[in-house]
Amino acid sequence: MAGRTGTSVEGGVKVSEAEVSIPALLARNSQRYGTRAAYREKEFGIWQSWTWAETAAEIEALALGLIDQGLGVGEHVIISGRNRPGLYWAMVAVQSAGAIPVPIYQDAAVEEIGYQLEHSGAVMAIVGDQEQVDKITDAAGDGTPLRKIVYLDPRGLRKYDHAKLMPYTDVQQAGRDAKDRLGPELDKRRSAPSYDDTCIMLYTSGTTGRPKGVVLSNRNVIETAKNSCTFDKLTEKEDILAYLPMAWVGDFIFSVGQAYWAGFCVNCPESPDTMQQDLREIGPSYYFAPPRVFETQLTNVMIRMEDAGGLKRRMFHYFMDHAQKVGPKILDGEEVSASDRMKYRIGEALVYGPLKNTLGFSNIRVGYTAGEAIGPEIFDFYRGLGINLKQLYGQTEATVFITQQPDNEVRSDTVGVPSPGVELKLGDNGEVFYRSPGTFVEYYKNPESTADTKDPEGWVATGDAGFIEEGSGHLRIIDRAKDVAKLSTGQMFAPKYVENKLKFFPNILEAVVFGAGKDRCMAFLNIDLAAVGNWAERNNISYGSYQELSQHPKVLEMMREHVAETNESVAQDDMLSGCQIHRFLVLHKQLDADDGELTRTQKVRRKVIGEKFEELVDALYSGKDEIYTETEVTYEDGRKGKIKATLKIQDAKTFPTGTNVREAAE
Amino acid sequence: MKDTQDSYVTADGRTIGGTMLDLRNITLRFGGVEAIKNISFDVREGEIRAIIGPNGAGKSSMLNVISGFYVPQEGEVWFRGEKRKPMKPFRVARNGIARTFQNIALFEGMTVLDNVMTGRLNDMKAGMLSQALWFGKAEREENENRERVERIIDFLEIQHIRKVPVGRLPYGLKKRVELARALAAEPDLLLLDEPMAGMNVEEKEDMSRYILDVNDEMGTTIALIEHDMGVVMDLSDRVVVMDYGRKIGDGTPDEVRNNQEVIDAYLGVAHE
Repeated sequence: MAGRTGTSVEGGVKVSEAEVSIPALLARNSQRYGTRAAYREKEFGIWQSWTWAETAAEIEALALGLIDQGLGVGEHVIISGRNRPGLYWAMVAVQSAGAIPVPIYQDAAVEEIGYQLEHSGAVMAIVGDQEQVDKITDAAGDGTPLRKIVYLDPRGLRKYDHAKLMPYTDVQQAGRDAKDRLGPELDKRRSAPSYDDTCIMLYTSGTTGRPKGVVLSNRNVIETAKNSCTFDKLTEKEDILAYLPMAWVGDFIFSVGQAYWAGFCVNCPESPDTMQQDLREIGPSYYFAPPRVFETQLTNVMIRMEDAGGLKRRMFHYFMDHAQKVGPKILDGEEVSASDRMKYRIGEALVYGPLKNTLGFSNIRVGYTAGEAIGPEIFDFYRGLGINLKQLYGQTEATVFITQQPDNEVRSDTVGVPSPGVELKLGDNGEVFYRSPGTFVEYYKNPESTADTKDPEGWVATGDAGFIEEGSGHLRIIDRAKDVAKLSTGQMFAPKYVENKLKFFPNILEAVVFGAGKDRCMAFLNIDLAAVGNWAERNNISYGSYQELSQHPKVLEMMREHVAETNESVAQDDMLSGCQIHRFLVLHKQLDADDGELTRTQKVRRKVIGEKFEELVDALYSGKDEIYTETEVTYEDGRKGKIKATLKIQDAKTFPTGTNVREAAE
Repeated sequence: MKDTQDSYVTADGRTIGGTMLDLRNITLRFGGVEAIKNISFDVREGEIRAIIGPNGAGKSSMLNVISGFYVPQEGEVWFRGEKRKPMKPFRVARNGIARTFQNIALFEGMTVLDNVMTGRLNDMKAGMLSQALWFGKAEREENENRERVERIIDFLEIQHIRKVPVGRLPYGLKKRVELARALAAEPDLLLLDEPMAGMNVEEKEDMSRYILDVNDEMGTTIALIEHDMGVVMDLSDRVVVMDYGRKIGDGTPDEVRNNQEVIDAYLGVAHE
């Protein structure tokens, strides 16, 4: 096979033959960094750790056990559960055994899992606990070839029929026992893969339609890991906290790809609820979080500062104002006056340092956010504190990286320059295309979609519309290409652009804007319960439920102000001034992935929402003042219920176009 | 009625052993009031035993008799084949019986971890001096006990509140912490006084899960008082029904559900 020689010079660094797969990198690390920590997990209140050498032994035992259980070369194995070293080892053990790991979202519904089981044809599943066992057992009908479910946490599973079930430790023990017999077979399978063989298959969350299985090769993963490690100078000394879903490509690249390439340590939280505390204890040097996590943290800080004493509060605001002013400049190495610098140092001692410590950001050298636009205030807040927070733009099909911001060229409204080895071009409608060593191999069992997305020359359509900014060469993303449309007046309609502006208000959690093919734009809003709830408490507004608070006249008034402010800012933009919100309503329920309204990565599914709440959209356009509605909701345990509400429709203030004309975009 | 001593296996695969606790003709009086009138029943090894009844039926008094807090005027308490002499509750605890309270009785100012650690006090033998100086035996003991406590914290999934003062916790979590403290004593018999009172449906489901898991994974025998009939009927192997200090029913949930006297006194019309 091509690539069997396993050398590559793309990106400048040569990949030797011994580094063509994750198991090969594991062998290298256990030699090179044998005594350094590879994994840590907090359990029973203490951080337990495993060195690279110990990790290699654990993975080998599991791989032998899986072969012993009949796992064949090229077969698929589902991985599901929260971030735990055992599950990361499972991925590498599956690869060592010549099979392909398929991590899936642990909170996926049974139907989704059923589809993924059937589509991937997985023969085994390695999962975290009883919940995952239950769901996979339910999802695996008679038709699926699933033979075995291996579980980490035996709790509650003792009485289950173990015909198909097996504890993780038993598989490892079976592997150790079979070492003499199966060792040569494992060695053969470990050394077999070439640079172009499949490394992993990941399901895309899919804002529309069925999820697609993205096949990534060793080349995709290792080239990307290598390039991105070089870009940000990541070394074996980094510490990261693995807390994002294992099924997400980003987690695979950060916690496996880059971690194995650079040889750094992956730390797993004790439980999802302790993430914030574990973050503090670990103090990662390299950190990724979606904008929503940064937003929530900022909201929490602000809420807690409101509760602090007067002196502390004044000190906080005084120094934070200063940080916003000079912090980003200091971070970027720009000229700052000596007195400002001195004041910043005092602030560091009194406010920024302790605050970073509380947030777990004391050691951050490189931080990234991506997935959604991040509000400029939020971005400046963290950068003001001296945290090197940057943005990147990517997708599963690109093995994450398309563009990223170099140090000292960081802004909230761009997503950076092309990552090493990535070429960019723009389509006629502004759609962004890329070609890179990370470009995916194919969608599994779906040649039509593969051909639609990737042309014969290897260019992949991102589905996002954007433009390259003159001067800086940075990419700016406007919206999903298919969402960019025209109003019936002929003006451009880019809903995401307006939604992002709305979401930058801490009180607004989600916004959905409608208007394609209509004469005016309308919007649905979701309030942020933490922020608005706190505000309500402060203003003596009592409420019994999310629904009641969302329809409170004072809350609606606040939302009207936010929408008016947004409109004023949208009106400044010549191209998009038609996107001002004329009428809106505040939804009676939070948009939720369980109800299909958001993707598992918390992106709005505009079409689904438009159809589900059609009567509400109609009411907005028909000029009614209020509308009665009943909505079906799904509870966490899968039961369904109904929410009934009468929603008041609000008119928003709009502004004349282009009072302060900016330069046109292109 | 299952009054044989042979062990048997339940439908869900748990083994129920012989009698662990036997209450014989218990009568408890407060002055002229007879709170418990000549009641006998037993709790078998490994089972979940519920005590139900209307308010004032004498359920909590019954639990207090078992825990040794009240000494009945008449009748005998047999535990593990021995007749129990009147003793202080902490001695009862040392004999393997732990409990939770209807009105949460935690140390509000102390952290969750410290509260749960108090459940292990009975097992700490180091002297006051050694404890104060954190030296030798005291240090060793605390480490051992901390390990056990951490396993319980993990089991009940309260890691995220380990260091939070109990006073700041919502009600449902306080109930769970109280259960953790009782479990920390590693009891053979766990007494739960209305573990679900005041909880919403989700919290009740969680708590039921934990009670079943405790019984199943740790092999702890459980006697509980509860008002939520759905919970009682789902959880328990056998149910005692009390009314005005008398026992009016005893048997499996199905037997009790169809007992006319129980229906009249307590259940009302059977649900569809």
